[in-house]
Amino acid sequence: MQLRQHSVLPGFSLTLGVTLVYLTALVLVPLGGLILFTTQLSWGEFWSTISDPRVVASYRVTFSTSLAAALINVVFGLLVAWVLVRYDFFGKKIIDALVDLPFALPTAVAGISLAALYSHNGWLGQFLEPMGIQVAYTPLGIAVALTFIGLPFVVRTVQPVLEEQSRELEEAAASLGATRLQIFTRVLFPAIFPALLTGFALAFARALGEYGSVIFIAGNMPFVSEITPLMIITKLEQYDYAGATAIGSVMLLAAFALLLGINLLQYWARRRG
Amino acid sequence: MLTFVFQAMPGFSKGITLLNSSYDPTREFYREYNAAFATYWQEKGGQKVTVRQSHGGSGSQARAVIDGLEADVVTLALAYDIDAIHERAGLIPQNWQERLPLNSSPYTSTIVLLVRKGNPKNIKDWDDLIRPDVQVITPNPKTSGGARWNYLAAWGFEKQRTGSDDAAREFVSKIFANVPVLDSAARGATNTFVQRRIGDAFIAWENEAILAIEQLGKGEYEIVVPSISILAEPPVTLVDKVVDKRGTREVAQAYLEYLYSDEAQTIAAKHYYRPTNPAIAAQFAAQFPTVKFFTIDEVFGGWQNAQKTHFADGGEFDRIFGGIKR
Repeated sequence: MQLRQHSVLPGFSLTLGVTLVYLTALVLVPLGGLILFTTQLSWGEFWSTISDPRVVASYRVTFSTSLAAALINVVFGLLVAWVLVRYDFFGKKIIDALVDLPFALPTAVAGISLAALYSHNGWLGQFLEPMGIQVAYTPLGIAVALTFIGLPFVVRTVQPVLEEQSRELEEAAASLGATRLQIFTRVLFPAIFPALLTGFALAFARALGEYGSVIFIAGNMPFVSEITPLMIITKLEQYDYAGATAIGSVMLLAAFALLLGINLLQYWARRRG
Repeated sequence: MLTFVFQAMPGFSKGITLLNSSYDPTREFYREYNAAFATYWQEKGGQKVTVRQSHGGSGSQARAVIDGLEADVVTLALAYDIDAIHERAGLIPQNWQERLPLNSSPYTSTIVLLVRKGNPKNIKDWDDLIRPDVQVITPNPKTSGGARWNYLAAWGFEKQRTGSDDAAREFVSKIFANVPVLDSAARGATNTFVQRRIGDAFIAWENEAILAIEQLGKGEYEIVVPSISILAEPPVTLVDKVVDKRGTREVAQAYLEYLYSDEAQTIAAKHYYRPTNPAIAAQFAAQFPTVKFFTIDEVFGGWQNAQKTHFADGGEFDRIFGGIKR
């Protein structure tokens, strides 16, 4: 009788060991520290910190703008991925490389540039403001910054799946008389839906924690355009480490619940598909 | 946001190294002072000394020292941040501010108003900032140590005039109701006022205001010196536990004491800090108009009190913003 099933692939126990040590050192210990700091607070203090009206207002701003940005990125990220995969055109390589730029650019630089573009004397702002659309220093500006930093997540998760999806399938559907809408909803969309969800989740989670690019364009008015990461910085500035980690752990929990939910949805979509 | 410009590296050279942890706008001043001090120390004791600088927000610099950054000296924007190093890490004694002359503040500054060329809104003093047609730019006192001086200057002006805290609260509320963008740090606020051209008056440290004029737009801005303002005293101290561990107490002490010398006072004045030495101050009188000063101790009973009453959670600043309906 064999106690251990040997895989044909070598090195499982070694790589698992390394993986666990690595993840513990880099993820679990820091997050554990976060929880530990938070436990310095009594339950009452914890609750009054995280339910302070100004902090609650910041959750609303952060979550709504992050959601809006992630949804915008789902639509336009899919479009960008679609064009990059399905068509050949002059300068495609450059456009493909441009997608990654928000990853590489320091977010503070992005924030300052966006604020410059959209403020009332900026290139775009000077045309938008006469139309009554104020972008800089409003929640709309926050959404713009979050859309910018979230774009690569959707494009880069959807792109490889689209590439795998053979063009013949769509052509076959067309030859069998399917309309374009039917091809999209019945053939294409089910195949890329899980990847699209992943991209959405990544962009959303990234946006929740974003600080650098937002802080310059937000205006940071209490109750209007203050984001939760700024509330954390505010606590730190008062040497309130425990308060800062309390708000941080709320964000962490929310992001975790969100990712879990999307993973479940994905699992369900795969099973159906 | 922290910029560690070379941590002290033992064994890097034969001489001695110091690390000065300071706040953002002092970068250029200390670069020049460090060179002057090195020359002075070499001539005096024959020892080669290299001073490394670390700059960032005043509060985040204090946090770095609390969390283990081995700075021999700290030169921060407000005493509250240095108090925190005593309270949270016990690296310095409680009476640190009595160890050097003049509350351990070798140079001072004040809070002034920066307006656009020709002063189109005719802003003369603090009370013009509450006019409904005036937009005011200031960073958030909760996140910017420097901005706490701004807030206290405005509060103190009205408090001195009326003797009433209620009037002062009302006054400061009206100013903040005129603030369209609340930047998290001083340099961001400078950007908003200068580059984005938002706001009619910018509340700023005098040295930052002069610097903004010199570097960002000569002739485009004017400084309005209010009739009465706060005496901003950025303090310095050595970090006892660190200098004793590194064996640098003697040179660190000399480094801070030399800040009061004629040479250092002149360098400070060149970088738009007000010298505390009356003779040097007289030489630069044209640069620094006379202002009626009040100190934080006189009006607010020191930093600890000011912090607790005004900037702690649920304090005056939170109440002010809770009350402003937009």
